[in-house]
Amino acid sequence: MIALQVKDLQKSFEGLYVTRRVDLAVEAGERRLIIGPNGAGKTTLFNLITGEIAPDSGSISLFGDDITRTPVRARAHLGMARTYQIITLFGRDTLLRNVMLALLGLCKRRWNPLIDFERQTDLVEKAEAALARVGLAHLAHRPLGETSYGERRRVEIAMALAQNPRVLLLDEPFAGLSIDERQDVHKLLLAIPRDVTMVMIEHNMDVALEFAEKITLLHFGQVIVEGTRAEVVANPRTREVYLGH
Amino acid sequence: MRVAAITVAVLLLVTLPAWVGNPYYINIASQILFFAVFALALNVLVGYGGLTSLGHAGLFAMAGYTAALLLARGHGHFVADTAALAVTVITAAIYAVLSLRSTGIGFLMITLAIGQILWGIAYRWASLTNGDNGVNVSSRPAPFGLSLAGADGFYYLCLVVFLVCVATMTVVVRSPFGASLRGTRDQERRMSALGYNVWLIRFYAFLLSGFWSGVAGLLFLYYNQFISPQIVALTTSAEALLMVISGGTATLLGPIVGAALVVIMKNVVSAYIVRWNMVLGIIFILIVSFMPDGLVPGSVRLWKWARHRMRRGKVEPVAKVGGGGA
Repeated sequence: MIALQVKDLQKSFEGLYVTRRVDLAVEAGERRLIIGPNGAGKTTLFNLITGEIAPDSGSISLFGDDITRTPVRARAHLGMARTYQIITLFGRDTLLRNVMLALLGLCKRRWNPLIDFERQTDLVEKAEAALARVGLAHLAHRPLGETSYGERRRVEIAMALAQNPRVLLLDEPFAGLSIDERQDVHKLLLAIPRDVTMVMIEHNMDVALEFAEKITLLHFGQVIVEGTRAEVVANPRTREVYLGH
Repeated sequence: MRVAAITVAVLLLVTLPAWVGNPYYINIASQILFFAVFALALNVLVGYGGLTSLGHAGLFAMAGYTAALLLARGHGHFVADTAALAVTVITAAIYAVLSLRSTGIGFLMITLAIGQILWGIAYRWASLTNGDNGVNVSSRPAPFGLSLAGADGFYYLCLVVFLVCVATMTVVVRSPFGASLRGTRDQERRMSALGYNVWLIRFYAFLLSGFWSGVAGLLFLYYNQFISPQIVALTTSAEALLMVISGGTATLLGPIVGAALVVIMKNVVSAYIVRWNMVLGIIFILIVSFMPDGLVPGSVRLWKWARHRMRRGKVEPVAKVGGGGA
C-alpha cells in the first residue's frame, strides 16, 4: 500500500520553479531518503507535503486520501508528523511540556479552558514515555533553553513520535550534531517500528545511506534519479549533481 | 508562601475601606481594580497570545456606551448590562475576524484602525451617542437590594468582579487552552503542524479578552456615571497597554501592578505634579531600561538575585528569568 503519493506536483515563486512535476510514491513502512544539492527544493517539497505551502498544481495523497487542499493542522490529525530543519520548539517550556503540547494537539481537550494542563496525568505519562524513547527522560523537567542542540533535535523527534504518526517527515535530523549525538539519533531512527513510514532529507550520507531503502534525488526542483540505494549511488547523474566524481 | 501571600493580599483588599476610610482613596482603589480587569483582559492577547492590540479602548467603551444608551432609553440595569456585554463580545468577534488576518505590526495597526473608527462614531454620530457631550447614567444598579451608590459599596462590587476575573484568568492560563494560546505565541508554525487551529485559538482568546474588557467598561461607566468619546480615544488603549507592559506581560500579577501604577500616577501624583504625564513617561523608560520584562518579573529576578547573594555571601550576575506566570 502506498502511504504517501505525490503526483505531478508543481510550485513556483514569481516564475521560478522550486518544485517541477514531482512524482513520489512511498510505500507504507518504507524508509525513503530525499537528497539533493542546496536549493534543490527538498524542504519546499516537505512544506508542500505538510501543507505549509500550497502547490500550483498536482496532488498529494495520504494512504489513498487526497490531502492536497487539506489544512496543515488536519494533516497532523490524519497521521502526518514532521521535524524541522531549523529547530522550532517552545524555548520557555520544559522538555516535558514541549512533548505534552505535541500530544495535546491531537486531543479534543486542547479547547478545554477549565482543567489544569499540568495535571493531565495521561499526557504526562505519555510525554515521559516519549522522552524516555529518545533517551531524555532524565531531563524531562529541564527548561528547553538549558539543553544542548543535540538534545533539542531529540525533543523534536520525541514530539513527532508522541503523536503516533503514520508518516514521519524528518528534515535533516542529523544537522549540527556531534558524532556521538549523530549515532544516538541514528539508533533512535532505526528503532522506530515499521508501522511508521519515514521520509528523510539528509546531507550526511554516512548515516543517511544506512537508513534509506529507496532514495530520491532532487535537482532544481525535479526528480532526476530514483531507485534503491545501490541504483541511485551507482547512477552517473547522482555523482554528477550530488556526490561528485 | 504563595498561598499565604494571596491570603494576605485578599484580606487587605477586603478590609481596605476600613483602614483607608477616606472615600477619595477608596474610589481610587475601585479605579485600580476595574482598570486591572481591563489590563488583565488585554494581557490575554498581549501576554499570552503575543498579539499587541492598540484598539481595546473600543471594546472597553462599547460596553459602556451600549449600557448607557439603553439606560438612557429607560431599560433596566440587568437588560442594559447583559446587552452591553453581548454587543462587546460581538464587537470583539468583528475585531478578531478583521485583525487576525495578520500578526505583529499588522495586527496592531488593524486594531488601532478599528479603535479609531469607533472613536469617530462616538465623537461624530451625535444623534446616537450625543457626541462630545457624552451620555449620563442617573443611577448605579442595586443587585439584591445592595446599594452601590457609596464609595464602599461600589468598591466591593469592583473587588468581587476583580477576584472573579483573576480566578478566571488563572484557570484559563493554566488550562490546555491557555497552553495552546501560549504555544501560538511562541511557535505558530509548529502549532499548526501539531494539529492546532491557530486562528481559532486566537479568535476565542479575543472573545475572552473582549468580554472582560466589556466588564471593565461597565464598571468604568457606573463609577463615573458618565461616558464620552474621550474614553474611546487612543490614549485609553495606550494606557492599558502601558499597564500590561510596565507590570509584566504574560503574568497575572503584572497587569494588576501596572494598573495600580498608572491609576496612582493619574489620580494621586497629578495632584502634586502638573506634568505627571512626563513622570509616568520617565517611569516607563526606567522600567523598560532596567526591567524590560516588566515590574513583576523584574522584581522576582531581583528577589532571586538578592536571596542568592545572601546565601552565597557574594555578588553574582543576575540570571534572566523566563516569562512564566507570576
